[in-house]
Amino acid sequence: MDLKDKLLSSFLAFEDKVNVNDPVHEIRSEAIKNFESKGFPTKKEEAWKYTSLNGLQKVDFSVFPKESGALEYKDIKKYFLHEIDTYKIVFIDGVYSSYLSETTHDGVDVCLMSSALNKPEYKQIIELYFNKVASKDESLTTLNTAFSKEGAYVYIPKSKAPRKPIQILHLATGNEASLMLQPRNLIIAEQNAEVQIIERHQSLTENEVFTNSVTEIFAGKDAHVDYYKIQNDNAEASLIDNTYISQKDNSIVRVHTFSFGGKLIRNNLNYYQNGEHIDSTLKGVTILGEKQHVDHYTLVHHAQPNCESHQDYKGIFGGRSTGVFNGKIIVDKIAQKTNAFQQNNNILISDKAEVNTKPQLEIFADDVRCSHGCTIGQLDEEALFYLQSRGIPKKEASGLLMYAFANNVLESVRIPELKTRINKIIANKLGVRIGFDL
Amino acid sequence: MLRIKDLHASVEDKKILKGINLEVNAGEVHAIMGPNGSGKSTLAEVIAGHEEYEVKKGSIELDGEDLEDMAPEERAHSGIFLSFQYPVEIPGVSVTNFMKTAINESRKARGLEDMPANEMLKLIREKSELLDIDRKFLSRSLNEGFSGGEKKRNEIFQMAMLEPKLAILDETDSGLDIDALRIVANGVNKLRSEDRAIVVITHYQRLLDYIVPDYVHVLHDGKIVKSGGKELAVELEAKGYDWIKQETVA
Repeated sequence: MDLKDKLLSSFLAFEDKVNVNDPVHEIRSEAIKNFESKGFPTKKEEAWKYTSLNGLQKVDFSVFPKESGALEYKDIKKYFLHEIDTYKIVFIDGVYSSYLSETTHDGVDVCLMSSALNKPEYKQIIELYFNKVASKDESLTTLNTAFSKEGAYVYIPKSKAPRKPIQILHLATGNEASLMLQPRNLIIAEQNAEVQIIERHQSLTENEVFTNSVTEIFAGKDAHVDYYKIQNDNAEASLIDNTYISQKDNSIVRVHTFSFGGKLIRNNLNYYQNGEHIDSTLKGVTILGEKQHVDHYTLVHHAQPNCESHQDYKGIFGGRSTGVFNGKIIVDKIAQKTNAFQQNNNILISDKAEVNTKPQLEIFADDVRCSHGCTIGQLDEEALFYLQSRGIPKKEASGLLMYAFANNVLESVRIPELKTRINKIIANKLGVRIGFDL
Repeated sequence: MLRIKDLHASVEDKKILKGINLEVNAGEVHAIMGPNGSGKSTLAEVIAGHEEYEVKKGSIELDGEDLEDMAPEERAHSGIFLSFQYPVEIPGVSVTNFMKTAINESRKARGLEDMPANEMLKLIREKSELLDIDRKFLSRSLNEGFSGGEKKRNEIFQMAMLEPKLAILDETDSGLDIDALRIVANGVNKLRSEDRAIVVITHYQRLLDYIVPDYVHVLHDGKIVKSGGKELAVELEAKGYDWIKQETVA
């Protein structure tokens, strides 16, 4: 049985475990119909030209994991940003771990999707936001919607901000030979609210893991959301991250995506601007080797006047790794005075690495500023010679140049400890000694 | 200290250096002058080990050691410093961090531990004062958006930090106004010492009013065609390079 059939038959079993009379279940039923008719995307589709899901579909993934054993905090501490105090929402093989988590209902809600979906006090919010910005016809998103049951739920009411950042950590223990996970996150920052979130998926063994995640983010007027995705997983872990963001007037939403490891990663990052004077910022650092593959597929839809978007993705590709950047910007006719900036720069450090980069601009307004630039190149020989002539060996000099190249994307990271952590990961990846803070 | 014998070098089969002989001793300052395209910068880059050039014949020795098989960083570790005509901009690496990395890499090559942070700070403060460099300047990205004068001053600052045996200053005067030239030249003069040799490469005599050489060599078409004392530079300034060219042809 291939994965699609397995998922379709699993849906019947899934229905035994959830309340089928819940309005949310109507949404799930619609979604599974869509997935049934569309199936997994193929390379024939323009949006999936460079990323094949064929290999994943041949794996016999467990869709409902057995209840997994507990993990000791000391064994997984390194996957947290443990230098600072944070709220934590932790899942082990898709199951919430209350032992490792620290949630709150103190003025804000930092808790579980399953609670939000089941408890009456959240009903109104769920009706207002759940599945409202996520695509109703993109097949992987609808697949997630069909099985949506668990994930992180963050609700920040008007003019509130949680006392500390929130970490969402998905751990896979390897108890299953191969495991498929479908977390569903809902993040709501009401008017003038503020929140910072760090998300990470981590497999603890070399057993195969396939995560198909959907995150919906709603930013009200004047709200500010910072979302950091750390993708530094094991060689047999694949991730499809579908993130949908809806923004109102004067809001700021910044998503940073750090892709350093994993087998196949696809980031579908979609911004919808539903107001004026909005700032949408998308940044990424990708450093890959071996046979890793990362595909960044971004969309920014400017639907109102006087808004901005800033995209800056940097990639360093070694080994036989492959990278894709497809950045789509749509500027509606009424979205005058839009300022859309997009930059994608790549360095290939191996003859066998490959990058495909494509800006896609659809502009229907006439008074806009849109700039985009894509580069694919090697390290600058003159710069290397300059560093070497000062006594820095070639290997370290290359590392330093690549480090500097990737580093400027981090300027907008607003959690200093996270910035330091990412800096260290980058330096490690590139073999640079950092006896200093750049 | 530096001994160059019958040096021939090419880039992509184009012969640029055609038999250079030069000997520079510790404590001496040599000026190498010559018209554009005579091979001055090539000579500097070949000594520093630029891989773009192929040494076809001859040798370069530093303190009796042949440099041929040494990478640029190894040459730097043995005491060679090149002040670039066009210092490269490195966004994302601050001047301070660049210097720390360079110094610690040199120490590592000599089997030494990293320089303690307080010692490093003291050294940076001391050397930046020597060149009248503002503290804020040190946290800026290396050469990025620097004016011509700032770039050259920064080169000499690096020289002061690294304390080389042999410093080659490639067109250090180009792009400098008279005030900047004076600061840079003062910096270089403070670094003159009995156990350090300096080779100043310049098109014009102007810099040599400030950094007074012991010897002047004239390079033309890949060869040193005339050598003399500091008065040669003055003569060149008065008569122009055509004088040398004519003399060479004759």
